[in-house]
Amino acid sequence: MAALTEAPPPLAPAPEAKPPRRRGRWTPYWLLLPGILWLLVFFAMPMIYQASTSVQTGSLEEGYKVTWHFATYWDALSDYYPQFLRSVLYAGAATILCLILGYPLAYLIAFRAGRWRNLIMILVIAPFFTSFLIRTLAWKTILADSGPVVGALNTLHVLDVTSWLGWTSGDRVLATPLAVVCGLTYNFLPFMILPLYSSLERIDGRLHEAAGDLYAKPVTTFRKVTFPLSMPGVVSGTLLTFIPASGDYVNADLLGSTDTRMVGNVIQSQFLRILDYPTAAALSFILMAAILIMVTFYIRRSGTEDLV
Amino acid sequence: MEQYEPEPLTPVQLSAMRRSLRSGRAALNRRSLLRASAGGALAAGGLGALSACGIPAAGKTEGGTSAEDHSKDEKEVNFSNWTEYIDIDESEKHHPTLDAFTKRTGIKVKYTEDINDNNEFFGKIQPQLAAGQDTGRDLIVLTDWLAGRLIRLGWVQKLDPANLPHAYANLSSQFRSPDWDPGRAYSYPWQGISTVIAYNKKALDGIEVTSVSDMLDNPRLKGRIGFLTEMRDSIGMTLLDMGKDPAKFTDDDYDAAIARLQKAVDQGQIRRFTGNDYTSDITSGDFAACIAWAGDVVQLKADSPDVDFVIPDSGYMTSTDNMLIPNKARHKTNAERLMDYYYEPEPAAELAAYINYVCPVDGVKPYLAKIDESAADNPLIIPDREMAAKSHAFRSLSSKEETAYEEKFAKLTGA
Repeated sequence: MAALTEAPPPLAPAPEAKPPRRRGRWTPYWLLLPGILWLLVFFAMPMIYQASTSVQTGSLEEGYKVTWHFATYWDALSDYYPQFLRSVLYAGAATILCLILGYPLAYLIAFRAGRWRNLIMILVIAPFFTSFLIRTLAWKTILADSGPVVGALNTLHVLDVTSWLGWTSGDRVLATPLAVVCGLTYNFLPFMILPLYSSLERIDGRLHEAAGDLYAKPVTTFRKVTFPLSMPGVVSGTLLTFIPASGDYVNADLLGSTDTRMVGNVIQSQFLRILDYPTAAALSFILMAAILIMVTFYIRRSGTEDLV
Repeated sequence: MEQYEPEPLTPVQLSAMRRSLRSGRAALNRRSLLRASAGGALAAGGLGALSACGIPAAGKTEGGTSAEDHSKDEKEVNFSNWTEYIDIDESEKHHPTLDAFTKRTGIKVKYTEDINDNNEFFGKIQPQLAAGQDTGRDLIVLTDWLAGRLIRLGWVQKLDPANLPHAYANLSSQFRSPDWDPGRAYSYPWQGISTVIAYNKKALDGIEVTSVSDMLDNPRLKGRIGFLTEMRDSIGMTLLDMGKDPAKFTDDDYDAAIARLQKAVDQGQIRRFTGNDYTSDITSGDFAACIAWAGDVVQLKADSPDVDFVIPDSGYMTSTDNMLIPNKARHKTNAERLMDYYYEPEPAAELAAYINYVCPVDGVKPYLAKIDESAADNPLIIPDREMAAKSHAFRSLSSKEETAYEEKFAKLTGA
């Protein structure tokens, strides 16, 4: 706006003294209205409701009243910090795995796939056509104790190493941290690939040629040209993977065991089983705050302006 | 006539527009994201709004609150039940027993399979019932402890015995007077559920499992044992194994049972706690043995011959899924008539022949034998005296106990 008002050449004066009718001045706001309403009803109101719940005390019989009982936050944090740390750890591991798996694939689709590009894209998106739950349950079949995958890993003594690291226990993969991280990685991989692809695809091929003309080796070209230009994709991909993964509870529930519960599982059990609504709400807010802080820090450090 | 010409934009304006599209203010960048999230946090912190919210106390009306009964003018009843918990014909579209009911009474049944989990369903209907609103359901089916909780909270309606002659006469004595609903003033069982030990013969590989102790103590079964996330089933079976009666245990007994299971968790004996998904673990052999619901195992056996079950000498847990009429239901009389219908021996036999749970209706055996001889002789469907003697129920818990026990159990299961 500043640029507009400071524009040196004045706008051509209107032929008549009447000021021009500002048609459509409110149009953008009208167009925004559905979105704003949607946000108010499905985001702002639940947030206020949850915030209120988190400082209430009471029971189902006596009802809940707002008593500004902020100690709930402290109690929730001190009781369940292991689950919080675990969520961050698992979601972080899954995000890094997604990046390692997703980057080469996105690169391939963007630069090398040629006429296979659409087919590979469909293959990336295809799992979304089945339900999240079914996809997760399928991993139980894939990783079954007597299945071929675990058999092969045992023969190669890979599981001895992972057990020693504490990622698996004994000669099984299911019901261990490794299975949960694998499930998270699998379920959120497309969220990493799609933004990576869209930012890689936008890179002008001539920049690569120019780098080659300047005697850059392919590795240098990638390091100095491709990767920096794909940073917006990397940042939004990691965010889209990390944020939902840290709140996920389905993978920990179906593929994990008692020692792999994440904060999502705690919230679920507080809300539905123990009926401790304030603690559940407080946990949700702590999780949101933690993610917000981590994401803020991450975006600042990553030094990128654009997210898309 | 003068032709309309759009005003040409100045180069400065054009470049400003271009910038705003690419990376200026309109673009989603880090600063705008941060600003937006800070704004969101501020909005959420509108403190005045917070104290306006609150959850009202449960309606303490004895006997529940009824709405005007529209049974006469609206010949329908909305029945919410668990998935795959009723007979269904070949086309998978019709439920023969319900159709017969409609044919006889003219009451249309809107049958919805929207109950998957007691806790989840409670979370779903709790806001409406707490606010004293109609849930849109006339008949719901819930397990004992949740049925007890709804009665305690005054969220279900007292039944009219005049509409339930068959139910009153034919309810088997085993289920007549649970401590959470003495004399069945609010509820009648839909089906009974037996909790037993299931095992996979192939996975056991000759190891004998006939009790909870066998499951918890045999080092060869390390990491291949499953328990249920349903607290009353897992703890109940453990209490029985420890020689305690789940119908009258103390806090100390409960803690002892938790400690026994905690030890097994710490040693890695228990692989995990499951809901209904244990069925895939036991058929694949990932579980060698687990606590399971007999009705499921009867069905699993048909597909995978390695799976079977055993009833421990110390006894087994029995619970029921109960039909209840929530507050403000519009068609109470119709719902009661449907309840009563399932206590007539013939429809009850038809239902029992299809779903392999414990039939709560007396005098069904001859009718069931006509449909399916083997089902009639199956003590899991029609319990004989020996089976009935081994059956135990979990005592009802006060609200305080329930919270404390669920919390301890949640700690055991990791969350």
